[in-house]
Amino acid sequence: MKSFITAAFLALIPAIASADDWDATLEAARGRTVHFHAWGGDERTNAFISWVGDRVEAAHGVTLRHVKLGDTAEAVARVLAEKAAGRGSGGSVDLIWINGPNFAAMKEQGLLYGPFAGSLPNARWLDLSPGSANVTDFTVPVEGLEAPWRLAKFVFLHDTARIGPPPAEMAGWPDWAAAHPGRITHPDPANFMGATFLKQALAELAPEGTDLSVPPTDATFAAATAPLWDWYDALRPHLWRGGTSFPASQFAQRQLLNDGEIDLSMSFDPASAAAAIRDGLLPPSVRVHVPAKGSIGNVSFVVIPFNAANPEGAKVVADALLDPEVQAHMQDIRVLGAFSVLDPGKLAPQARADFAALPSGPALPRLEDLGPVLPEPAPGWMTQLEAEWQRRYAR
Amino acid sequence: MTSGGLLRAVAGTAILGGLGLPVLLGLGHGIAAAFGHFPAIGAHGPDLRPWRELLEMPGLGRAVLLALWTGMAATGLSFLLATGTLAALHGRGAARGLRRVLAPLLAAPHAAIAIGLAFVLAPSGWIARALAPLLGWARPPDIATTGDPLGLALILGLTAKELPFLLLMFSAALTRIPVGAQMAAGRALGYGRTAVWLWVLLPQFWPQIRLPVMVVLAFSVSVVDMALILGPSAPPTLPVMIARLSSDPDLQALLPASAGGVLQLVLLAGTFAAAAVLARIAGAAGRAFLRRGHRLRGTGRTLALLPAASAGIVLMAFLALAALLVWSAAFSWRWPELFPAQLTWRHWLDAGRWGWPAGASALIALASTGLALAAAVAWLESADRLGRRGRDRWLAAAIHVPLLLPQLSFLTGLSGLMIRAPLPPLAAVIWGHWLFVFPYLMIALKGPWEAADPRLECSAAALGAGSWRRLWRVKLPVLLAPLLTAAAVGFAVSVAQYLPTLFLGGGRIETLTTEAVALASGSDRRVAAVHAVLQALLPWGAFLAALAVPAILHRERRGLGGAA
Repeated sequence: MKSFITAAFLALIPAIASADDWDATLEAARGRTVHFHAWGGDERTNAFISWVGDRVEAAHGVTLRHVKLGDTAEAVARVLAEKAAGRGSGGSVDLIWINGPNFAAMKEQGLLYGPFAGSLPNARWLDLSPGSANVTDFTVPVEGLEAPWRLAKFVFLHDTARIGPPPAEMAGWPDWAAAHPGRITHPDPANFMGATFLKQALAELAPEGTDLSVPPTDATFAAATAPLWDWYDALRPHLWRGGTSFPASQFAQRQLLNDGEIDLSMSFDPASAAAAIRDGLLPPSVRVHVPAKGSIGNVSFVVIPFNAANPEGAKVVADALLDPEVQAHMQDIRVLGAFSVLDPGKLAPQARADFAALPSGPALPRLEDLGPVLPEPAPGWMTQLEAEWQRRYAR
Repeated sequence: MTSGGLLRAVAGTAILGGLGLPVLLGLGHGIAAAFGHFPAIGAHGPDLRPWRELLEMPGLGRAVLLALWTGMAATGLSFLLATGTLAALHGRGAARGLRRVLAPLLAAPHAAIAIGLAFVLAPSGWIARALAPLLGWARPPDIATTGDPLGLALILGLTAKELPFLLLMFSAALTRIPVGAQMAAGRALGYGRTAVWLWVLLPQFWPQIRLPVMVVLAFSVSVVDMALILGPSAPPTLPVMIARLSSDPDLQALLPASAGGVLQLVLLAGTFAAAAVLARIAGAAGRAFLRRGHRLRGTGRTLALLPAASAGIVLMAFLALAALLVWSAAFSWRWPELFPAQLTWRHWLDAGRWGWPAGASALIALASTGLALAAAVAWLESADRLGRRGRDRWLAAAIHVPLLLPQLSFLTGLSGLMIRAPLPPLAAVIWGHWLFVFPYLMIALKGPWEAADPRLECSAAALGAGSWRRLWRVKLPVLLAPLLTAAAVGFAVSVAQYLPTLFLGGGRIETLTTEAVALASGSDRRVAAVHAVLQALLPWGAFLAALAVPAILHRERRGLGGAA
C-alpha cells in the first residue's frame, strides 16, 4: 500500500510539471494558425474537422486550416522535400492525419517532431498499456510520436434489397461471387481499402502458424500468400467487369453501390453505411456485415513533423481531438459516426453517459456486433501484397 | 533607349526570366532525378536505377501504349472532325454562330466535362437509363463504358474538349486564306469540294494550325485529371501512373517518377515526329492522287458525316454539363430514375464549402490573366515600335515550351526548387498559372493584333499622336474585342489548371479545380457537381463578358463590335 502511494505520488510529479508545460503550450499556440494536412475525400470528416477548428478557436484562440489531401503521402512528400532543402523549422505542415506505411516512412526517415502524445492532458482517457491498439501502428511502435483520434474497423456493406450478406468466412467468397456474377468487387489494391480487402483474406487464409506481425521475407511471403492467390484466382472471374478493372477507392465503390452497378462495398468505418444513408449516398436497404472471425482494425493518428512552424498549436489540436466531448460528438451518427479511441473504463460518469445517449439506427452496428479485431499485419505485408497483386493481375 | 526598346527589354526579361528559365530549371531537376541525382532524398547519381525501377513497373508497357493511343486518337479525331466540320460549314455564315454555341464548352474545364461525361456514359448513367426500358435492363449492364480498357471514354472526353478548341483555332486560321475564291476555281476545274479542301486548302492551312494541333497532342498524351476520371484503371495511362508514383508513401518512388517524366518527354517527341511524317506522307499521297487526275466528285455526302459526328460529340458534352447541373441539386438520384426523385438546394446553400475555392479560382485567374495581358501587349507593341513585327520566331518557340512539354516533367522539379526560394503559395500559384495562361493568351492575341489595319496607326501618327497615345487611344480600343477574347481564353486556362495549383501551392491553395478533381474520386458526386458547375460558369461568364463588352461599348461602330 505504501509503495502504491509512493508510486501514485511519483506519478503526479510529471503531471504537475506537465500542467505548467501545457499552460506554456497553450500560451505559445494562442493567436497562431495550425496547418492540418488531412485527407479531404469525405465531406462529413471535413465538416467535423471544421467544427473542431471552431472549438479550438473559441477555447484557445488557435486557428485551424484544414489542408485537404487526396493522399496522405502528399504531406509526407512535402515534409521530406523541406528536409532536403534544409528547412529545419518554419515548415508548412503542422499536423498530419496518418497511419500505417506513411507513419512508418516518416519515422524511418526522421521526419517526426518527437514524443508528444503522452504529454497531452486528454491522453489520460486513453488505454496506452502494451498491447493496446493505441501503442502500435501497423505493428510499428508509436512511442508517443503520434496521438490517436479515431478507430477504424474493416466492414462490408451490402444492399439487402438485391443480395444477402457475404459468407461468414472469406473462403466462401468464390462461390458467393459465382452466384452473383458481376455484382461484387473490391477497390483497387493500390488503394489502402483494396489492400485491406486482401489483408482481410490473408488473415483468414494464411496457413496455420503464419505470423503476420513479423515483416515478410520473400520465402515467408510466398508461403503465406499461396492459398490467397489460389482463392483470388477462383474469385476474380466472377467479379465486376470480370475482375479486369476496379473502383479507385471505397468511395468510388460506394458510388457504384448507390448507382446500382454492384451490390457490395466496404469501409473502415462501421458507421459509414448509416451515415451515407442519412446523406442520400446509399439506399436505405444497405446493411453492415463483419466476417465471423472478426476483421482488421486499426487506429487513425495525428503526427507533428520535425520542422512544424507551430508545434504548440498542433499539440492543442491533437489534444482537442481527444477531448471526451469531441470524441462523443465524433461518434454521433448525425455528425461523423466514427468510433471513439477513448477507453470507456477510464471515462468520467458524465462522459460515459454522453456516449450512451448517442442515437442508433438500423444500419448502425453496435460496438459488440463488430466481433474481434484482427491486428494489422506489419507494413511490409501490405506493400508486398500490393506489388504482387499488381504483378499478377495488372497487365 | 527608345520607348520601344525599353518596353521590349522589360517584356523580354519578364517572359524569359518568368517563363523560359524556370521551365528549363524544373526540367533539368527532373532529368537529374531520373538519372538518380536527387540529394533531397539521399540519391546521388548518376545512376540508372530509376529507369530499371520504372521499367519493372507492372503494366508499364500497356500504360505507355494507352497514353499514346488515347492521346493520338483524340487529337486525330478532333483534327478530322474540326477540319471536316469547317469544310462543310464554310461559307454558310455559320462560323459566328458556331463560336457562341461552343463558348460554354471552350470555357468548361476538362475536369468538369469529364465529371459530367462520366455520369452520362456510365453503365448506370443517363444514356443507359434512357435505354433501360427499351432493352429491359433491370440492372445496369456490366459493360465498361467509362474506364474501359481501350480508353474510348477518355478519347471521347478529350475530343469533346479539344474539338471546340480546334474549331476555334481553325476558323481563325481560315480567315487568312481566300477560301471562297480557291473553292470557286477548284470547282470550275471540276474538282469536288473534298478534293479542293484536301489538296488545295489543307496544305496552305496546315502550317498555320500545326502548332495548336501539336499543343492538343502534347496535352492529350500527358493529361492526368481527365484520365483519372474517364480513363482505364488497371493499368492506367502513363501520366496517371507517374502522378501516382509521385505521391507514393515511399519517397524513393520519386526517382522512377522522374524517369517517367523523361519517358513522357521522349514519347511526346516521338509522337511529334510521327505527326510530321504523317503530314508529309499525306502531302505526297495527295499530290500522287492529284497527278492521276482524281477529282473526288460526289464525296460531299461523306463529308457531311463529319459535321454530324461533331454535332453528336458536342451534344454529348452539353449533356455532360446538364448532368452536372442536375446532380448539383439532387439529394439522391439512383438507377433507373431519369431525373432525381428528391431535389435539394443544400449543396448550393453550403456556400462555406465552395465559396473559398471559387474566390481563389477567380482571384488567381484574374491576376494571372492581367499579368499575361500586360506582358503580351508590351511585347507585341514593342515589336511594332521597333518594326520587328512577326520576326520573333524564338519567342513563338519559347512561349510554346510549357504547352509542348508534359506538365509533370517540369512541375515536380519546379516545386522542388521552390522550397529553396519559397514564394508565398498564392503568388507561386499565380505564377504557375501564368506559365500556361500567357502562351494561350499570346496565341489568341497575336493573330488579331498583327492583322489590325496599320493605316489607322499611320493616320493617328500623321495627326501628331505619340506612340503611347496611339496605343491607348487607337490600337487598344480597336483591338478591344480580340483583347478581351484573349483574356477570356487566359481566364479559362487558369481556372482549369490542376497540377500547377497542386504542385506550386503545396496543397495550401484550394481552387474549384483541385476540389472538383479530389471530389470526383467518388466521395460525393453532388458536391463534385457543384464545384464543376462553378468551374464551368466562371470562364463562361468571362467569355460572355468578352462578347458583351465590345458589343456595348462599340454599339455604334459596326466594324468593331464583338467580331473577334
